[in-house]
Amino acid sequence: MAFESLDFYRIDDELSDEERMARDSVREFVDKEFLPRVVEHVRQDGSFPLELVPKMAELGLFGANLTGYGCAGMNNVAYGLIMQELERGDSGLRSFASVQGALCMYPIWSFGSDAQKQRWLPAMAKGEAIGCFGLTEPDFGSNPAGMRTRAERRGDTWILNGTKRWITNGSIADVALVWARTEDGFGGFLVEKGAPGLEAPDMKGKFSLRASITSELYLQDTPVPEANRLPGVEDMRGPLACLTQARYGIAWGAIGAAMACFDEARRYAMDRIVFDRPLASLQIPQQKLAWMATEITKAQLLALRLGRIKDEGKLHHAMVSMAKMNNVDIGLQIARTARDMLGANGILDDYASMRHMLNLETVRTYEGTHDIHSLILGQELTGFSAFS
Amino acid sequence: MKILVCVKQVPHKDARLEISSDETWIQDESIKFEINAYDTYALEEALRIKDAGEAEVVILSIGPDRAIQALRTALGMGADRAILVWDDALAGTDSLGIAKALAAVAKAEQPDLILTGLMADDTNYSLTPPMLAELTQLPHVTAVVKETQQNGDIVAERELEGGALEVVKLPRPCLLSIQTGMNDVRYASLKGIMQAKKKPLETKSLADLGLQASDVAPKVTLEKIFLPPRGKGAEIVEGSIDEIATQVVTKIKELGLL
Repeated sequence: MAFESLDFYRIDDELSDEERMARDSVREFVDKEFLPRVVEHVRQDGSFPLELVPKMAELGLFGANLTGYGCAGMNNVAYGLIMQELERGDSGLRSFASVQGALCMYPIWSFGSDAQKQRWLPAMAKGEAIGCFGLTEPDFGSNPAGMRTRAERRGDTWILNGTKRWITNGSIADVALVWARTEDGFGGFLVEKGAPGLEAPDMKGKFSLRASITSELYLQDTPVPEANRLPGVEDMRGPLACLTQARYGIAWGAIGAAMACFDEARRYAMDRIVFDRPLASLQIPQQKLAWMATEITKAQLLALRLGRIKDEGKLHHAMVSMAKMNNVDIGLQIARTARDMLGANGILDDYASMRHMLNLETVRTYEGTHDIHSLILGQELTGFSAFS
Repeated sequence: MKILVCVKQVPHKDARLEISSDETWIQDESIKFEINAYDTYALEEALRIKDAGEAEVVILSIGPDRAIQALRTALGMGADRAILVWDDALAGTDSLGIAKALAAVAKAEQPDLILTGLMADDTNYSLTPPMLAELTQLPHVTAVVKETQQNGDIVAERELEGGALEVVKLPRPCLLSIQTGMNDVRYASLKGIMQAKKKPLETKSLADLGLQASDVAPKVTLEKIFLPPRGKGAEIVEGSIDEIATQVVTKIKELGLL
């Protein structure tokens, strides 16, 4: 049986034809192409079904909310629904699209030179070039402004030195957007595959996001031409703007994972017989399902309103923090509850809930941890920054 | 070349269906719909002919307002324009009534090729395509699994029983009804979906087609829909797995099936 999406509050009625069609098209792609392959990749630590990249590109999944350069130019609600459907498949699939679109294409589109846009955006939209985003360092996660990676200018060339960690698609990327400290602040540099002194070993041993490639980036005296520096960035506002884009997508994506877990748990409870009656006829499972459905519905409303605000150009980054924090939090709790309802069967990879649960531990941490988003909200509400 | 593709919007294959209170159809107010699976292969074939050369792909459907979603999806997949025909008189019509309305559009459009699905997933009649071909006086073949263009003719492979295929040749214009699995149906791409809203979508009434309600009055009327009564005589076998297996094998032997 195919996935049945929860739409208890008829949120579909609030969507335009384009928004629904985009969601349905991606849903079909995930059902037919991705889900049959995911377990095989989860069993191999840190691999992604790269053969799907051309199909993802043909569908228009890369930079779907950007205009021009072969991008679809969809609104932010459609983009959010796309992220929801991708993460309903796996957080690794959504991460692939987030990194390519929100963390790599978006900054080139926003802060890049014409030459950089022409060179990279059409190729990245077509999936012919893969990008990665190098901000986090081994010692600087929540505090990226403390980064040690440095770029020193020598004439028309910058020399980069430093280490980046937790880089999705690092080892397969044709271009890495590396953020580095400069004499005047911070800069974003497009470091191309094969650049001297660049190495990208994969990180192994992950319990989470196993259907995703995660790497480190080592830069040792790596020369980068001035033409590869994003001209529109001088300070941390550049990378933070990218993160707001990606976090927005995550706020929707977590709903997809939660909906997958809810659907699995509900079906299981209907079919599983305990004490001569369906699990679903017992009070505690019903209470769990009722709680899951309520939290998913609240998260859907939060995400839809956030998307409409973003399309109206009235978005504040703290609004995104609220949605990312809440939706990932309930997504993780729902995944844990679903796994619990599945009993012993829930630990097998025949079922998706535990995979989502493990993935969401990462999602709770990356792109601003749950706690950091609380503090961003706290700062917005009180005027006091608790972390700087 | 102009290709007319007839599509029907049917209940989604995963929709939970319940029979309506008057027992003449299903409750369809809050279920999801999709393009009839057979028709998606017909549409894909038309789009492949278009991709390979010059062709205009026109989508035609009969249905209420909700069928616009099916047409938009077809436009999102790459069709050029769409026509929706609706009239209250069409609500209770039969296959012939549908075929008459489709034929009226086909006569006005004069396509070089009409593609349809072999049958509709919801009503299962397989009548409309041959009726449409007869009404438009076009040669036609059914259950096509492969088609190639050859000097203005069409060479089609048809599926027969027992896995055999036959090859037939027919001149254009003609009608082919398409079997599932003929091709790999594309997704509506996000760019295609954005372009779809700019593509023409006409709606026509029976009067626009020069037809009257009496022209589509059904000869065959739907009397009742019901689920077959639960069969009697089922036997529940109980015991350990070995006991159950032994009893089942014994039973099968008793019935002379083994």
